[in-house]
Amino acid sequence: MAMEGIFTGIAASMRELLAGAPPWLENLSMGFLYLVGVLAFIFLNALYLIYLERKISAYMQQRIGPNRLGPHGLLQSVADAVKLLGKEDIIPRGADKWVFLIAPILIFIPATMLYAVIPFGKGMIAADLNIGVFYFLAVASTTTIAILMGGWSSNNKYTLLGSMRSVAQMVSYEIPLTFSVLGVVMLAGSLQTSQIVMAQEKVWYVLLQPVAFIIFFIAATAEVNRAPFDLVEGEQELIAGPYTEYTGMRFALFYSSEYANLVSVSALAVTLFLGGWHGPWLPSWLWFVIKLYIMIFIFMWVRWTFPRIRIDHLLSFNWKVLLPLSLANILVTGVGIKIYQLLTLGRW
Amino acid sequence: MLSTSTSTLVFWFLTILIVASALAVVLLRNIVHSALFLILTFVGIAGIYILLNAEFLAAVQILVYAGAIAILVVFAVMLTRRGDISESNLFNKNYLAAGVLCLALFILNTFLIGQTFWTIKSGEPPLNNVGAIADAFLGRYVLPFEVAAVLLLVAMVGAILLARGVNQDQ
Repeated sequence: MAMEGIFTGIAASMRELLAGAPPWLENLSMGFLYLVGVLAFIFLNALYLIYLERKISAYMQQRIGPNRLGPHGLLQSVADAVKLLGKEDIIPRGADKWVFLIAPILIFIPATMLYAVIPFGKGMIAADLNIGVFYFLAVASTTTIAILMGGWSSNNKYTLLGSMRSVAQMVSYEIPLTFSVLGVVMLAGSLQTSQIVMAQEKVWYVLLQPVAFIIFFIAATAEVNRAPFDLVEGEQELIAGPYTEYTGMRFALFYSSEYANLVSVSALAVTLFLGGWHGPWLPSWLWFVIKLYIMIFIFMWVRWTFPRIRIDHLLSFNWKVLLPLSLANILVTGVGIKIYQLLTLGRW
Repeated sequence: MLSTSTSTLVFWFLTILIVASALAVVLLRNIVHSALFLILTFVGIAGIYILLNAEFLAAVQILVYAGAIAILVVFAVMLTRRGDISESNLFNKNYLAAGVLCLALFILNTFLIGQTFWTIKSGEPPLNNVGAIADAFLGRYVLPFEVAAVLLLVAMVGAILLARGVNQDQ
């Protein structure tokens, strides 16, 4: 299997190249290499997921979608990105200048940091923290701040309303998201993402934790502000929500961070529920990528199928349905683990 | 993990960051800017936790403080929508009372730090401290843990009651 070691091989040869260097230089350059890899992955994905989203929505609405630039319109997103690069960077007169300027940069910090704990393949993880899943949830929770900063500093009613909604929605849905992950953590007995993937060698957790998977999926859709939970930027009500006043590259940063977050929650779903990189025949990273794009396709499918729901329905659904359900799931999982131990080991 | 000189460097960087952003919280005139610097202060403290090999605590710090403080920012925004936002975190002239109070607090803190017996250990910190925290919470300290949970529940019910008001008809 030459394909298997293609990325770990690159990393190993880089380490060999730096063998003579002092350890801090080696760690610093390896960290830099991981960062470059993650950023390349994010931007390539953002570029082509926008194309994919437009194509999928087009096919679901019996249209063709982008088809002019390049074969099957493949270069459309590239052209869009170049166009955004050339656009004027407008700062509204009433805006809070500095907060307005740093918000789109800040939103990329958690979006990039999330990828540190994702095991892309066998031995392909940037930082194998022993609190991996918890780190992911903690860092993801700070995305709200950048959205809030952008929405508030624009000094516009629509952006302020959009960011208020975003805070209400993301803070509420974080709770069932965390609780649904707890079921998996209880089964694996570890918060470390690589351990959780290891524990799924025989059976994927989506089979043992189907309720948790559904809760996770719904809450994750709300966390990344996608339809049917896209109230934050509901076009018909709020123009573009917190991003209304942004132009050019700053808008592009916000927009691509949405796709970066979509990829990272899908990657977390694959890691926790779909067995991570486990799979027969093909190299492990290829399995991971295949599962990742299946998850992303389901997110897109949902987006173009369901209508947007109202904000009060959204919140009461969270607090009255998802939260009790996720608590019950934890209880059932705990009892189940004890019964399993009793049956197999003959003791509590 | 880090060598001593590097960790000293990181410590001083974080300390300056924390103190500077804490000062900014107090001194800035715009209350939303103050709230944003408060978040930066919390992130800096999380950095100190990482330096102390307490990654779990650092993640809790980020999740609870930096993440949930965003709600505080929202409330700050909602409560200051009157008049000029750039004059929403004002100063007053009570220098004497504030000075005495701060000095007293500083002396008290210094005294307590001096009085405390600090245990110094030279061994390696444990690699995984999540299990130890869980054992402590659900084993030895299970009663205070549950009492804290009940306290939070009571506070939450009280807040909801205050926000909605008691139904007058009944």
